[in-house]
Amino acid sequence: MFSVFDVAVLQRALPFLWNGMRLTLQLTTMAVAGGLALGLVLAVMRLSSVRPLTWLVAAYVNFLRSMPLILVIFWFYTLVPKIIGRSVSGFDSVLIAFIMFEAAYYSEIIRAGISSLRRDQISAALALGLTRIQAMRYVVLPQAIRNMIPVLLTQSIVMFQDTSLVYVVGLRDFLTSADIVASRDNRPIEMYLTVALVFLIICFSASRLVNKLRRRYAL
Amino acid sequence: MGGYNWNWPILLKDPYFGWIVSGFGNTWLLAVLAWAIAFPLGSVVGILRTADSRALRLIGTAYVELFRNIPLLVQMFLWYYVVPELLPADWGRWVKREMPYPQFITALICLGLYSASRVAEQVRSGIEAIPQGQRFAAMAIGLTPVQVYRYVLIPVAYRIIVPPLTSDFLGVFKNSSLALTIGVLELTSQARQIEEYTFAAFEAFATATVLYCLVTGLVIVLMRGVEKRSRIAGTIAVGAQ
Amino acid sequence: MITLSHVSKWYGSFRVLDDCSMAIAKGEVVVICGPSGSGKSTLIKCINGLEPFSKGHITVDGISVGDKSTNLPKLRSRIGMVFQNFELFPHMTATDNIVLAQQKVLNRDRATARAKSEELLARMGLSEHAQKYPSQLSGGQQQRVAIARALAMDPIAMLFDEPTSALDPEMITEVLDVMVQLALDGMTMAVVTHEMGFARKVAHRVVFMDQGAIVEDAPKEEFFGTPRSERAQLFLSKILQH
Repeated sequence: MFSVFDVAVLQRALPFLWNGMRLTLQLTTMAVAGGLALGLVLAVMRLSSVRPLTWLVAAYVNFLRSMPLILVIFWFYTLVPKIIGRSVSGFDSVLIAFIMFEAAYYSEIIRAGISSLRRDQISAALALGLTRIQAMRYVVLPQAIRNMIPVLLTQSIVMFQDTSLVYVVGLRDFLTSADIVASRDNRPIEMYLTVALVFLIICFSASRLVNKLRRRYAL
Repeated sequence: MGGYNWNWPILLKDPYFGWIVSGFGNTWLLAVLAWAIAFPLGSVVGILRTADSRALRLIGTAYVELFRNIPLLVQMFLWYYVVPELLPADWGRWVKREMPYPQFITALICLGLYSASRVAEQVRSGIEAIPQGQRFAAMAIGLTPVQVYRYVLIPVAYRIIVPPLTSDFLGVFKNSSLALTIGVLELTSQARQIEEYTFAAFEAFATATVLYCLVTGLVIVLMRGVEKRSRIAGTIAVGAQ
Repeated sequence: MITLSHVSKWYGSFRVLDDCSMAIAKGEVVVICGPSGSGKSTLIKCINGLEPFSKGHITVDGISVGDKSTNLPKLRSRIGMVFQNFELFPHMTATDNIVLAQQKVLNRDRATARAKSEELLARMGLSEHAQKYPSQLSGGQQQRVAIARALAMDPIAMLFDEPTSALDPEMITEVLDVMVQLALDGMTMAVVTHEMGFARKVAHRVVFMDQGAIVEDAPKEEFFGTPRSERAQLFLSKILQH
């Protein structure tokens, strides 16, 4: 079986693959940052006592979670230029798609993290005379954040894998670059196995790290 | 959105309407058949992960870690482009030349095996959520390990995990869209095709979106009914992340 | 000091509190008991405004709790509360738990707050646990830190919501001892509890609640001697078995 594996092909393709990986990493980090920011806003809105706001956010979250990510990518890829009125780079459209999509998941994680606190913890803080804002700041958020971080990190690892879907709009991420080489040189085995192996190593190590983190800092 | 010509009626014309219907049908077929693979296989792997034997646990863990750390799309390509090459010569030839519906079956195997790893995680967390005392009590009255699973652990575990399993099934439904990358004509791909032929991007994607949302809503309502009927008082639903 | 007048609370059609009236004078210790679901926890949480109530009036030291213009956080800082599940903040050490509200609500500087915290912990015999986290403390130790946390605010009254219900039997005594000492020192206390021994020792009055209403409100000797209502008699006979 290994006679079919030609390492030379891999070596030649490395710079091209590395460029693809750079795009993947860029997309991932920017989408994580944007998704977290938007997710935080959504979570705060959802936890507020303003009825129309909670309803709106719930509708948004449920809507985005009902659709496949590929469809969301298609939506934004075709519609963002039309909405903005001028042509937008594929990367930007896709980035917006990812941010909007992941924000739905992040906001749910954040919301669960905050509401998972026992009600009496908040009561105890209020009973001491702390205002609601003080209670949030000194008692609720420190605990909620420590609980949330492992889950948020896990979701980010999932997003790292999800970026491979930009293949459908031809953006040259890690997988698409490998695919291009695979077709061009007719060596699918080397290319796809490499991609699989790289993802396996990165994601497996990352999730191990997150587990360690969770065990050390769990409250 | 200036300059966009709305064209809803085109969706009702042939062949576009037919495309949507067949795409939707393919999506359903793929999802249901993949679930038919994922559920039993995932259950076995999930149970393996809770076994007493370290070797069995390791097999289960290896399966889950392998399938969850490689992106589904990469797995799809591996199954379609790489596996046929790695098979023994005769099998490889049959797969590449004579197997009927090669894209569909490949997507089915890929989706089924991947989703099995998710089911495995839910089953595992369901079993682990049952207090240890239950296991001890069952063993104390003389049940064998297999009987303990069959009569005590599994009936309770499956009821606990109905909600997260539902969301995993919906995940299978959504992930079926990845099959378009190897040429399966499921719903999303048909929507895209309509968009390419008619430029009615909004209408085409909106239709697909509405259909996905409808299915999600329907499945959730159905599962709430299942959960209500099968609920055991005093247990709370759990799920793996 | 604390007065409740015709307090009622309902959720939809479910009546949680039914026309409750009672008064606690300065320095008085009142024990509130009753079967579970009788509303006693809810009643005590209404006193410091943690639970809203639908009808009636509650005043603490002349300030109306239900009044919209009342500064609730300020009022709460003057009343101490101890919870069944201790509710220490798990991400802070014992000392930090006690210092937090002193700094942020009473605006004491950190040195003063720490000194007060040390003094209180010493009084309870917990000095060596000052830098420990709640997860490193036993239930009895956690509850005593919780009492110290409330006392650090120099409250005019203390509310206890089943303070020993979540404790293992061997730790109940150490917490009750602290509470007895507090009572003997003249603290105004409202205590929801099943510990009748405590009631007999230091309570001035006992209030019996059932299904949201105050069924009996009598001086201690009267209550334990000849309770007037049948329900109280039944309840006592069940509790005083052991």
